[in-house]
Amino acid sequence: MKRISQTLSALLLSGATTLAWAGPGAVEAAQKQPLNMTAISMFFVFVLATMGITWWAARRTKSTSDFYTAGGGITGFQNGLAIAGDYMSAATLLGLSSMVFAKGLDGFLFAVGFFVGWPVILFMMAERLRNLGRFTFADIASYRLDQNKVRTFAAIGSLTVVCFYLIVQMVGAGQLIKLLFGLDYNVAVVVVGVLMVCYVTFGGMIATTWVQIIKACLLLAGGIVLLFMTMSKFGFSLEKMAVAAVATHKGGISIMGPGTLMSDPVTAVSMSLGLVFGTAGLPHILMRFFTVPNAVEARKSVFVASGFIGLFFLVVCTLGLASISIVGGDPKFFEGGNLAGKLIGGGNMPVMHLANAVGGDLFLGFMSAVAFATILAVVSGLALAGASAVAHDIYARVIRQGKATEAEEMRVTRYATVGLGVIAVILGIAFEKQNVVFLVGLAFGIAASTNFPILILSMYWKGLTTRGALAGGIVGLISAVSFVVLSKAVWVVVLNNPAPIFPYEQPALFSMPLAFFFTWLFSVTDKTPRAQAEIAAFDDQYVRSQTGIGAAGASAH
Amino acid sequence: MSSQIYQRVRENPKFKELVTRRGRLGGLLSLIVLGCYYAFMAVVAFKPEIFRIPLAEGGMLTWGVPVSAALIIGPWLLTGYYVSKANSDFDRLSDEILREANKK
Repeated sequence: MKRISQTLSALLLSGATTLAWAGPGAVEAAQKQPLNMTAISMFFVFVLATMGITWWAARRTKSTSDFYTAGGGITGFQNGLAIAGDYMSAATLLGLSSMVFAKGLDGFLFAVGFFVGWPVILFMMAERLRNLGRFTFADIASYRLDQNKVRTFAAIGSLTVVCFYLIVQMVGAGQLIKLLFGLDYNVAVVVVGVLMVCYVTFGGMIATTWVQIIKACLLLAGGIVLLFMTMSKFGFSLEKMAVAAVATHKGGISIMGPGTLMSDPVTAVSMSLGLVFGTAGLPHILMRFFTVPNAVEARKSVFVASGFIGLFFLVVCTLGLASISIVGGDPKFFEGGNLAGKLIGGGNMPVMHLANAVGGDLFLGFMSAVAFATILAVVSGLALAGASAVAHDIYARVIRQGKATEAEEMRVTRYATVGLGVIAVILGIAFEKQNVVFLVGLAFGIAASTNFPILILSMYWKGLTTRGALAGGIVGLISAVSFVVLSKAVWVVVLNNPAPIFPYEQPALFSMPLAFFFTWLFSVTDKTPRAQAEIAAFDDQYVRSQTGIGAAGASAH
Repeated sequence: MSSQIYQRVRENPKFKELVTRRGRLGGLLSLIVLGCYYAFMAVVAFKPEIFRIPLAEGGMLTWGVPVSAALIIGPWLLTGYYVSKANSDFDRLSDEILREANKK
């Protein structure tokens, strides 16, 4: 146990890139804290409220369309908040602020990389996604390609990403809740799993969206209140905050400039590619584009989402800067009161200590409850995306060839959700002592190198054929997985080899071009009649993607 | 939804106009955002001292801070511009195309 927590902290400290890479999902192993009743009771209120919403949503969830996409009845603004919620995980709050706490401006530079993907998704993808898709991203990928093969492959790609991401969130949830609430790790994982299954099986997309919206509002409100209280300590002057931070941090003035984070441009570029295009290949994010009635609302939702995400990042980075002097200069937040030693609870805790320092125990309890709610909302979105891949793509379309009734498909969706919940809890408990940072790299790497190339080419490139999509997708999958296995996170940290074979943390810069190249190669050499038909079908698909003619509309369907 | 409607839309010159104009705007804005971002990364990797210059003489805040913030706020404003443009001009054009396709 000691060795593992040492490797863990070594990994998290070894390079800011690794720490940041852990950003979207991972929380390091934590010591169990005494039971925090304030946090638990506040969380209980959140659960009651969301259960009420689930009960309300369950009565409105009658068809598969209601279940997967809330009947297309979510407005652009609501959906924007929900997308923002999907992107603002607990680990974004903790990981980003702790990066600024540890590295200063580097953390802020990194946040920019998390953000810039959103405008590009809007410009290149949002309306086509909405116009072509119905329930899942496999709907788009297999629109004019072979239903059985491409859909099965896309569904497997979705499921893989969902499962890896789910394990990371489960392990993170267990560690975080052990730390903040003082609950036992296994209890925490089971609570997350049970609540997730309840939201999704009973309330479907309607409940999942509202849980996400409430959590996004709580997280934003909590962050802004915390920012306000913190800024008041510095007379609302960023300059004063910076002066205090420079005076406290052992790096001194160097924290206000770029440091070691981007010293390796290849890693930096590879990571930003993985972040930008991995986001555009995450099934639970893509699914959100089908919950709005039309392309107008789809566009609005990206505008709203990127606004809130940007605001959140600015707030979190400022909190990180403030915590350098307020938390970093106060011995009571360090183990043994040693300012040069470790933070109590680990390196991800600065913003929680900050909440305690400026808002007291009550506010710390509130922020802890919000962090728990955040994890819950993200895993619910993941479970729904995974269940839709199983029930809609694999069961209804491939196994039953589109002949399954709505009632049958709904039943399978619910079984699939329960199944995913059980798997998530079992794996979450099994991986408790494991280092799961590499799973984040895997999830994003596969999303960027498998899901994204198939998706974007099916929308943009007329010449794409089934053979090309499968070949490119398989190459992307294999290369992303092998690069991650050969990189430091698995090869050295998990498998205990002396040096990594693949020297970078992120595979995207290498696996994405491979995927695109093989997709192209196997498409242009494909001269079968089926390929001809698939290419010919692009023209109609193109009109639909641009105008929405024939697209699934709002609740009417 | 029959293939004839798609055929009629494709032959409508307004469809070509819509696709070209919207595609051009989307492409241009993507280029601006990605161009600025990778230029920013290039400065960080190769000329980091630029971002270490203090904002005010003797101050602690450096140019890196407002430039990073601008790279979050700027692209967001561009998304706003695209959305307003797409939801007014382009959608008007798109509606006309739809009407004409259904009328004939």
